[in-house]
Amino acid sequence: MASGAELTPTSYMTHHLTNMTSSVGEGAFWTLHVDTLVMSLLLGILSFGFLWSVVRGATSGVPGKRQAFVELAVEFIDDQVKSTFHGDRHAFVAPAALTVFVWVLMMNAMDLLPIDIMALLYELLGLHNWRSVPTTDINATFALALSVWLLMIFFNIKVKGLGGWIHELVCTPFGKNPLLWPVNLLFNLVEYVSKPLSHSLRLYGNIYAGEIIFLLIGMWAATGLAGTVFGTMLGAGWAIFHILIITLQAFIFMMLTVVYLSMAHESH
Amino acid sequence: MNINFTLFSQAAAFAIFIWFTVKFVWPPLMRAIEDRQKTIADGLAAGERGKHELELASHRSADVLKETKQRAADIIAQAEKRASQIIEEAKGTARDESDRILVGAKAEVEQEVFRAKETLRQHVADLAVAGAAKILRREVDAKTHADLLTSIKAEL
Repeated sequence: MASGAELTPTSYMTHHLTNMTSSVGEGAFWTLHVDTLVMSLLLGILSFGFLWSVVRGATSGVPGKRQAFVELAVEFIDDQVKSTFHGDRHAFVAPAALTVFVWVLMMNAMDLLPIDIMALLYELLGLHNWRSVPTTDINATFALALSVWLLMIFFNIKVKGLGGWIHELVCTPFGKNPLLWPVNLLFNLVEYVSKPLSHSLRLYGNIYAGEIIFLLIGMWAATGLAGTVFGTMLGAGWAIFHILIITLQAFIFMMLTVVYLSMAHESH
Repeated sequence: MNINFTLFSQAAAFAIFIWFTVKFVWPPLMRAIEDRQKTIADGLAAGERGKHELELASHRSADVLKETKQRAADIIAQAEKRASQIIEEAKGTARDESDRILVGAKAEVEQEVFRAKETLRQHVADLAVAGAAKILRREVDAKTHADLLTSIKAEL
């Protein structure tokens, strides 16, 4: 619903896929996607604030409905982590997994908001380009994956020591023979590069594609009565299916985080 | 799809949220959950114990009941024995008493018979004397023949 300019499919798509930027320094890198940051912060504060408020009044007696809901989520995460991570999971890995799951789920869930109505609301607030879904921004998913990657390296060094980690880098998976060292190192480097890429791009790709489907359905709905009727039905169907996708993607992102961190804790 | 500074801001936010969860969300909830698990486990154990005790008590009550029944049966048997004994005794006493009464009655009857005989003899003697007197009116003097008459009477 770009105001002023002529509305074409291209301008419609571009409008919905453009972030609100703010320059914080010289050069193309020093720009900030304000919408991504604000939405993710808002969702994070909302969800973790909710968790905190429930947990602060948590009772070990008969839990209320809200506490039971939070416990359900937490025990679900805890079970998943327990089956993958063998160590003191309560110290870091399990709560980190909870953070990842809740936050990513909330950010993904923004995809279910009707895009054009949201755009209209944002327009009323004076926000011309404002994307609701932080996980359709590669920066957001890559930030998460890269943070996990750094944690992975941190735990590798913390658990095995710097020497132990380097030893693992050059001596696995093929063997200790010095002739194999370059191959091992190359193999591990590829793995270390591919991990954050696949981790972040999987989430980004799924949610981004989901949003584009919503946009295409929205465009069809604008073509006439038949388009509106079928667009509505398709949109509803896709939204229902998308509930599965956003949950599944959040779960996969969380599980991969747990798996990567577990691998960092275990020596080969 | 351009990488820019958003990456760092997002990573910083992520770090803060992880720290918050690790510090403030996870531990209290886990504590509450673990406390409750312990309470439930204790409750289950107590229930198990109670069940066990109930079983013991029911065993004990069954034993007591059996013993009581046994004692009651003994008492009844004793009482029956005593009763039959008493009946036997009573029968014996009654038989003795009846024998005694019978003997007494017989003696009395004999006495009666004897007395009747005596009376009858007296009457017959009187009758004989009266007859004899009628026959011997003149010849026999009661005074002179008293000795004779008495001896006749004794013979009758």
